[in-house]
Amino acid sequence: MTTIRTSRTRSFVYKLPVIRSVRQSVGLQRGMLITGLVITGIFILTAIFAPLLAPYGYAQLRGAHGNFGAQDPPSATHLLGTTVGGYDVLSRVIWGAQTALFAIVVAVVLSFFIGIAIGVISGYLGGWLDRVLVVIADAVYAFPTLLLAIVAAIVISGGSSNLVGGVFAAGLSITAVYIPQYFRVIRAEAVRIKSEAFVESAKVIGTGTLRIMFRHVLRNATRSLPLIFTLNASEAIFTLAALGFLGFGIEPTSAAEWGYDLNKSISDVTSGIWWTSIFPGSAIVLAILGITLVGESLNDLADPRLRTRRRAVGVTSLAEVSVQGGGAVDDDVIDIDELEA
Amino acid sequence: MTAITTPEVSPPASTTVSRAKKQGGGLGRYILVRFLLIIPTVFILVTMVFFLMRITGDPITASLGGKLPPDQLAARIHAAGYDRPVLIQYFDYLGQIVRGNFGNSITDGRPITSILFEYGGATLELAFYALIVAVIVGIPLGMLAAYFRDRWPDAILRIFAILWYATPVFFVGLLLKLVFSVWLDILPVAGRASTRTELELQSLPHQTGIYLIDAINTGDPDAVGDVLLHAVLPGLALGFLTAGIFLRLVRTNVIGTLQTEYVDAARSRGVGELRLVRKHALKPALIPVITVMGLQIALLLGGAVLTETTFEWRGLGYELTQYLGSRDFVAVQGIVALLAVIVAVTNFIVDIIAALIDPRVRY
Repeated sequence: MTTIRTSRTRSFVYKLPVIRSVRQSVGLQRGMLITGLVITGIFILTAIFAPLLAPYGYAQLRGAHGNFGAQDPPSATHLLGTTVGGYDVLSRVIWGAQTALFAIVVAVVLSFFIGIAIGVISGYLGGWLDRVLVVIADAVYAFPTLLLAIVAAIVISGGSSNLVGGVFAAGLSITAVYIPQYFRVIRAEAVRIKSEAFVESAKVIGTGTLRIMFRHVLRNATRSLPLIFTLNASEAIFTLAALGFLGFGIEPTSAAEWGYDLNKSISDVTSGIWWTSIFPGSAIVLAILGITLVGESLNDLADPRLRTRRRAVGVTSLAEVSVQGGGAVDDDVIDIDELEA
Repeated sequence: MTAITTPEVSPPASTTVSRAKKQGGGLGRYILVRFLLIIPTVFILVTMVFFLMRITGDPITASLGGKLPPDQLAARIHAAGYDRPVLIQYFDYLGQIVRGNFGNSITDGRPITSILFEYGGATLELAFYALIVAVIVGIPLGMLAAYFRDRWPDAILRIFAILWYATPVFFVGLLLKLVFSVWLDILPVAGRASTRTELELQSLPHQTGIYLIDAINTGDPDAVGDVLLHAVLPGLALGFLTAGIFLRLVRTNVIGTLQTEYVDAARSRGVGELRLVRKHALKPALIPVITVMGLQIALLLGGAVLTETTFEWRGLGYELTQYLGSRDFVAVQGIVALLAVIVAVTNFIVDIIAALIDPRVRY
């Protein structure tokens, strides 16, 4: 997928998915992409350095001056106040990033590998296995993801969520939901690629099926993966928080989880206590926002119809652009992209 | 009689008749195939949910374990048949579902189907309000964003849409509650109606479970107003979630159609810009939007579960959360399976609508 603009003289770094997109983008799209990358970077750093950043532990109920108060408004000792359970809000917001990142890693890595493996095998081999898998994937895909995650969470944590492995349970239940998405995308690509000439020539010279599948087909089927990857990461945060909000997440003593804190803040809101809900909620929004901005920009850049072009910048009137035969220019570009694909 | 007269029809007429029949058959066959596809979808989902739930052990131990002495527990497990081989339980369960029986909940012993009838209306009502908000907000804003593509209105709208996407519906709900119910104190905090209205609605001889219809049936304008006031915040919370998706979808598709040659042709004929976007660009762009709406139903149901919990809106989602809390997995399994059926049927209906609008889909 090297573009003609990216000539051989450019280094390998420029061909990496995200960096290539940053270079390719202009104006608003570049702004969105960079904002997204910055927010995501802050999120990841917060998660990694949570033990250093947080003033207290996520399950800490007492400090040097005795027990923390319950529902204390923001003050010097508790910058963002305390929850109804007597936890420090700021600490739980910071530790929550770690839980969210952990869930993303478990969910995305597992669904990534399982979904891709099944997708390539199913798409390349075809036959009855393919048909069965497609029907199952379609059924799961049409199912409300949250409900599926609830069922999976029940299975994995066995109805008791006081385990330290609750994080892992949430991650795995998200995996169950996202395998079909990776499967669908990779399978569609595999079906397309297996009729290409280079696959047939590989067959002719006697290359093994496994080698063709993972060397020839898979390596050419990965172009849309960065996009699904970011979308799934943001949905993993959402699903984790939603499970926590429904009371099916992680106990507060095992880990800090934003959804759980929001659930406990429902009654606070009614009595006008705002700090227990606004901060964990904003943390969820920021984390999802950062990852979504990256994903959205990558999506637009991957689609020639949506990509903003350098040459279009500076032309102020939209009508002018269209009348100037924008369609014709775009057609040329699409042709080039198709040749490269 | 018709069978005898048909051969007497002149040749050109008969060809038109057969052509008409063939086209009708195309759509008919498409509908039939799509309808038959519901069966494996529902079957797979029900099977999956059943076996996943059984991996955890039997539902009675899950909900009552530790609360009852072991011998009573064993007796209840035996009475419910959970000590039989899993496969026999499975076929038993399938047989029950075919007869429309989803079992009884463990904690309060109610048939799952009666839970559906009692609370389904509330969820339906909420989804309806949300769809109205989504269509009113999402489609015009999507058109606007597409028309001003890459300029400031587009930039603002897209950031707005991404923000709505990034904000979980339950957090939106909490924020709306905080602002409009607590700080401004102009809308009710939670529930579907105030206690007085609820009592009034329950005295009705024929209740639909859809409060708006029931309230109109009472003929009491105060009741209608009360029900509508309670619906504003939940409807907005769930509606904005869907509106953000509509906006993005409409924007992408209208950008595509605005670049077509017939739009250029219409513009060169002097068609006004508003008419250009509304008639020429929006209409063909709505077909993919309608198709994607089918998948949004699943999202809407998931969102409804969260919205109902936030606003104590006593619908299926709220009940699901309650049963989850009490670890009543028979009830959870039943409600989840029912929602799966609803999603499959809705997807079927959406596919049919898409086929009726766009003949290309049928082939």
